Amino acid sequence: MTDKLVSYVLQLADNSLIYGHRLSEWTGHGPQLEVDMALSNIALDSMGAARSLYQYAAELEGGDKTEDSYPYLRDVLQFKNVLLVEQPNGNFADTIAKSFYFDCFQFHFYTALQNSKDKRLAEVAAKSLKEVAYHWRYSKGWVIKLGDGTEESKEKMQTALNAFWDYTGELFTPTDLENEMLQEEIAPKIEDLKDAWQKSIDAALEEAGLSITDTTGPWHHAGGKNGRHSEHLGFILAELQFVQRAYPNSEW
Amino acid sequence: MVDKETIYSYLENVCDPEVPVLTVLDLGIVREVLITEDAIAVKITPTYSGCPAMNTIAVNIKFELLAQGLKNITVEEVLSPPWTTDWMSDEGKRKLTEFGIAPPQYKIKDNPLEEDAIIPCPRCTSKNTDLVSQFGSTSCKALYKCKDCLEPFDYFKCY
Repeated sequence: MTDKLVSYVLQLADNSLIYGHRLSEWTGHGPQLEVDMALSNIALDSMGAARSLYQYAAELEGGDKTEDSYPYLRDVLQFKNVLLVEQPNGNFADTIAKSFYFDCFQFHFYTALQNSKDKRLAEVAAKSLKEVAYHWRYSKGWVIKLGDGTEESKEKMQTALNAFWDYTGELFTPTDLENEMLQEEIAPKIEDLKDAWQKSIDAALEEAGLSITDTTGPWHHAGGKNGRHSEHLGFILAELQFVQRAYPNSEW
Repeated sequence: MVDKETIYSYLENVCDPEVPVLTVLDLGIVREVLITEDAIAVKITPTYSGCPAMNTIAVNIKFELLAQGLKNITVEEVLSPPWTTDWMSDEGKRKLTEFGIAPPQYKIKDNPLEEDAIIPCPRCTSKNTDLVSQFGSTSCKALYKCKDCLEPFDYFKCY
């Protein structure tokens, strides 16, 4: 049972880490100073949440595991984040589209995870929810601003929303592990979060004058939660893990 | 043996490295001080999950108590209940305003997302202000501008 709980905790941690890492790539490159600072701060919150979860996994596993063992010393197939968060940042509208879908998911997910029977996960959820609420407000604000902006900003925002739409299905499709965690009342029922998520997304899109045309139907990219990733994760890890791989056990 | 009151008076000397006008007591992050025969444990609650100031604060608490001649000090982080700006002292809010940062304007349960919040300018007290960015120089602050005195300012968000 502990093994499975560790895997589940790592899956949640990986989502936060990879999402945060991607956003941190904007640091120093934001289109405006305020955007640069905001994306960096959101990245920091997200990495903070990842740390809380990796620390918990290390405590559960015991031995010589530490919070650093997981982000630095696992390979691609052992990462269980959803595919959406590892996708390249693209242009600013692409980044905002990814954040828009993911922040909204995290908001509803953490809201539900607060009721987890696992006390520690419930605590992390209660804390992170306060932060994710601001992330969601931020990405939603930009979708509305760009949708309601110029012809060009509207077109770019719409294109970006379409491009990442078929990565959202994975968020609400449980794996065997998630179903087992649900049985134990540790994980929320993610299928049930879909309606609330869709409502939040639709309300924002309406305000933005945008819409999603579902061209893919039931088909969506999936596999990340089982360790089957797109080519992009390997490149992220190459950068993220370089120092630990080249100089094992080095410390600051 | 040292008493709690004395420890709390020492903690008055430990400030937030990013908002140096606030002590850890003003911030409301000290949850408990446990004193036993031969050890002292200070329990603090982290502010933002990724706040880089937390490690520094923990180290500074330890240093301050060591400098006061105390020994066997541990600083522990407790996650629950999560920290909230509702725990910030009135004195802390006054000091923030004086420093040029608008203090949290709401109790978290009344307006958790600060929708349509009106944030008065800490310099000229005008309520004619605009949100520039949801995130300022740190996660805990938003960036505003005052449309009367034309100064930009930081706002310590409700959390």
